[in-house]
Amino acid sequence: MMFLRYAVYRFFTMLLTLWVVSILVFVIINLPPGDYLSNQIAELRATGQAEGVAKAEFLRTEYALDRPLWEQYLIWVGFSPGPNGFSGLIQGDFGWSFEFDRPVGEIVGDALWLTVLVNLAAVLFVYLIALPLGVLAAAKSETWVDYTAGFVGYLGLATPNFLLALILFYYGHKYFNLPIGGLMDPVYEGQPMSWLKVKSILLHMIVPTFVIGTSGAAAMMQRLRANMLDELSKPYVETAKAKGLAPAKLLAKYPLRMAFNPFVADIGNLLPAMVSGSVLVSVVLGLQTIGPYLLAALKSQDQFLAAFVLMFVALLTLIGTMISDMLLVLLDPRIRYGGRGA
Amino acid sequence: MTIQPDNRFVDTEPWIDDADISAPERAEMDAPGWLLTWRKFRRHKLALISGVFLLMCYLMLPIAGFIAPYTPNERSADYLYAPPQSINLWHEGSFVGPYVYPVTAKADLVNFRWTYTTDEIRPMPLEFFCEGDDYNLFGVIPSDTHLVCAPDGATLFLWGSDRLGRDVFSRILYGAQLSLTVGIIGITVSFLLGITFGAMAGYFGGKTDWIINRAIEILRSLPELPLWLALSAAVPSNWGPVAVFFIISIILGILDWPGLARAVRSKFLSLREEEYVKAAEMMGARPARVIRRHLLPNFMSHLIASATLSIPAMILGETALSFLGLGLRAPAVSWGVMLNDAQNLASIEIYWWTAIPMLPIIVVVLAFNFLGDGLRASLDPYKS
Repeated sequence: MMFLRYAVYRFFTMLLTLWVVSILVFVIINLPPGDYLSNQIAELRATGQAEGVAKAEFLRTEYALDRPLWEQYLIWVGFSPGPNGFSGLIQGDFGWSFEFDRPVGEIVGDALWLTVLVNLAAVLFVYLIALPLGVLAAAKSETWVDYTAGFVGYLGLATPNFLLALILFYYGHKYFNLPIGGLMDPVYEGQPMSWLKVKSILLHMIVPTFVIGTSGAAAMMQRLRANMLDELSKPYVETAKAKGLAPAKLLAKYPLRMAFNPFVADIGNLLPAMVSGSVLVSVVLGLQTIGPYLLAALKSQDQFLAAFVLMFVALLTLIGTMISDMLLVLLDPRIRYGGRGA
Repeated sequence: MTIQPDNRFVDTEPWIDDADISAPERAEMDAPGWLLTWRKFRRHKLALISGVFLLMCYLMLPIAGFIAPYTPNERSADYLYAPPQSINLWHEGSFVGPYVYPVTAKADLVNFRWTYTTDEIRPMPLEFFCEGDDYNLFGVIPSDTHLVCAPDGATLFLWGSDRLGRDVFSRILYGAQLSLTVGIIGITVSFLLGITFGAMAGYFGGKTDWIINRAIEILRSLPELPLWLALSAAVPSNWGPVAVFFIISIILGILDWPGLARAVRSKFLSLREEEYVKAAEMMGARPARVIRRHLLPNFMSHLIASATLSIPAMILGETALSFLGLGLRAPAVSWGVMLNDAQNLASIEIYWWTAIPMLPIIVVVLAFNFLGDGLRASLDPYKS
């Protein structure tokens, strides 16, 4: 019951945060002077294409771009009725992409799921790599295992993601015949899900997952190692050792469990960085996630598309953080239900 | 001092009753904090080496033009995508001094690329302290003396040349001027914001604390890169390179402060209750004075260590932004701008030297990480 109450509380704080984020996103998107349509209208006027101007003017009124900013915001979110009644983010209408000349929802469609998929895979990868390596580095601390793991970790932190992506792509293709570019074979694009399509996606995901996960895994490994070392120096470990508990059992029984909490809590720090990384890597590798759309939309001031992608990315991290907070409460009863610092 | 028959030592000096018995250890105990820190820091060899390396890098920045054989946008139109050349000392068993072989370009019309042949018969000694293109020493003193130049009729592309025939090595040196200072400016902005907000939240508590805390939480839960992208996309494209550079560094700093503010806040929450703070307040010190004179010096060193650890993120951030074409733009030269050229697989496969700028990035980021770790470990000198 307590947990349920906490879950509800946490859900509402997330909604509140999302609301603040929507204001932030809207302000940032409207920072650059001018907007896509006025640029277009000016250009069409200059080249004397009257019918284009009429369409652009129509879109301007249709999407309430001729109104004051605060009204635009309310309409965009769906708090206040626009020219066609309530149709904002809340109602599931994400707006119109002027550059692609299609509704935003239609453009991003598949990309949303692929984005979630790529990030989930990267999170899984981080845990799969960081957990054994971190524990190993702590158990064999100050031996070559520890130093190697530490060095590889540092290197992972220091190499720019996008370069790692390019290099791994090249060598992956050269030596392991991994496919280059995209998230699936072009043959399967727009096709219904099938076993072959899944296989193609999985094969394409190897390099991106590795690239996005590396820096996160490095950071997490270091933290896990530090936590484990703290635990290992405690008297109860010595007692267990003196009583003759096997090393592997000794490690897994208590220290690992204790060191595990921050591991789960850390996902809140991890996720924003990973989503950032996935946007960058997607642009470089041409993955069909929302990263390339964001870049294109920002460059051409396609405001609804850019704002939606930013909102989605924020939502993704907020949900991830919320889940990790709840998991943490389930895992560690010592944490008070009041929420962090509240 | 005399030795007694039973081998005991006895000091013949008269016993001074009021002498300080801790006098021999006094110097050690009264050693200033920085000395203790330095002694401890000295033992972290990796951090020490990183620190010296970074110091040299930053000292090099104002004289980059002198060290670089070329200027960043100097084009050698006959040498597009020229591969790296090596400097040799010995030619056919005899000592010539540092020299290069001249290379000639030939168009390969089958693969549509330039192929370069090295003429290994004519060694051409390098010139030192020679005249080259104009540049500004320390940014103000016009000069045209370079440490080393290519001999007449040959080129000196230590790390090859790029798409437009510009020397990659020289461009890396010039690129360091922007890439390395971005982190410093960014961290200054982040430091000011972080300390101000963190101190306000921790010192005043209550509503201020609540608002700042929520802001921190919101900013920390958002992915940085998309926000950086959005903010940089808002920079008008008609601004000059210098203005863009400053605004980009400020953008990097604006999104970095929450982590620092959080650390400052939690420290302030505990320090606020200390007696010396109460005393200062009772003597009528204003909040600003209490914060600056009594609270901040307590953990300034700790803050500097964490700042050192966040500089790499900014250097990588600048690189990523420029790489995506939303950060610094040519004609400005930064490592990210250079990597923008190496964006495709062809560069990695055929012209691998265009990706060399990644090396300084990795080395500098590693150095900052090691230095920061070393600083953090040595800042508590009394801990073993």
